[in-house]
Amino acid sequence: MGAVIKVGMADLKTGKAPDILTTLGLGSCIGIALWDSQTKIGGLVHIMLPDSSKIRNNSNIAKFADTGIAELVHQMEKLGVPRRRMVAKIAGGARMFEVSGKTSVGNIGQNNAIASKAKLKELGIRLAAEDTGLNYGRTVELDCNNGDYIIKAVGKPIKKI
Amino acid sequence: MGKFSFDNINGMYFDILKEIGNIGAGNATTAVATMLNLTLEMKVPKVELIAVEDLGSAIGPEEQTIVGIFLEVKQDISGSIMFLMELEPAHYLVDRLMGVMGGVGGSKGADFSDMELSALKEIGNIIAGAYLSALSSMTNLVILPSIPYISVDMAAAILSVPAIQFGQYGDNALMIQTKFGADRMIDGYFILLPDEDSYDKILGSLGITL
Repeated sequence: MGAVIKVGMADLKTGKAPDILTTLGLGSCIGIALWDSQTKIGGLVHIMLPDSSKIRNNSNIAKFADTGIAELVHQMEKLGVPRRRMVAKIAGGARMFEVSGKTSVGNIGQNNAIASKAKLKELGIRLAAEDTGLNYGRTVELDCNNGDYIIKAVGKPIKKI
Repeated sequence: MGKFSFDNINGMYFDILKEIGNIGAGNATTAVATMLNLTLEMKVPKVELIAVEDLGSAIGPEEQTIVGIFLEVKQDISGSIMFLMELEPAHYLVDRLMGVMGGVGGSKGADFSDMELSALKEIGNIIAGAYLSALSSMTNLVILPSIPYISVDMAAAILSVPAIQFGQYGDNALMIQTKFGADRMIDGYFILLPDEDSYDKILGSLGITL
């Protein structure tokens, strides 16, 4: 049995099979999972905001899509995973309240998803699957054994991407 | 950009915010008591600064299903307010309200009928509205709430909304916990989320300069 490694809000962790990396109750935040099928090393970052350069207080790099993804990639590289082998899956970015998409609360989830995908593209990492948007919270688990990204939501069947 | 940040908050500002919380929660309790035709007491609310990263588990476990009611506010200040409670008190309040209105409640767990959801929205609306009107009369600021929005979902997912809003300005969030009740006590949580400049306005209108 591997460890179940919990990733908090604005936090990132790496693990290796048979570990499972999990983050609980993603709302408008995004959980970006990276995985390498050869070493079975995985990483998970739980970002809250799209862009660190737009925020005055940006010391926690795991809080932002741009710096959080860059740091996770860096940590995986240090563990010996070349960037070209990393595959990404993302989930979250919900609009928890049906407020207008023009307000900051209304579109933050969508902006987080857009920024996460843009950063992955910039770094040349393939996005294999995503489960983003809509209006509900998600708990995610990255299974380092096989790269499955398991998504649980209240009152919905468990999903695997 | 506003000067206010919860990261450099001092005792006096904290006391003022706590007092706003106190009066607001008192008003909200009275409003609920009137609506439900109950005699309610309120305990002095607890005001806490919580690290943004810990907000998701501040009420209970991250995956516990809770009820969140969210209103945007605008006019002299802009931002939003959230009222949160656990499922069980939410059902209690809805059943009371449906009873008063001659309807039928009785759902359990995370299930609420459309009618119950709309009753719950209305309860949240009245509670948050009473809170805002206290804030408004203390500060002489005009504060207009939007219609209420509701979410019944995992605590961390609902709380990601205020965490993200607070997270734009600093590392801490302000949460006001209130207890009210008669035969039974109900725990509710307010999170006031003024946009950054609005905190300066609130404190400024109370004669506090930062």
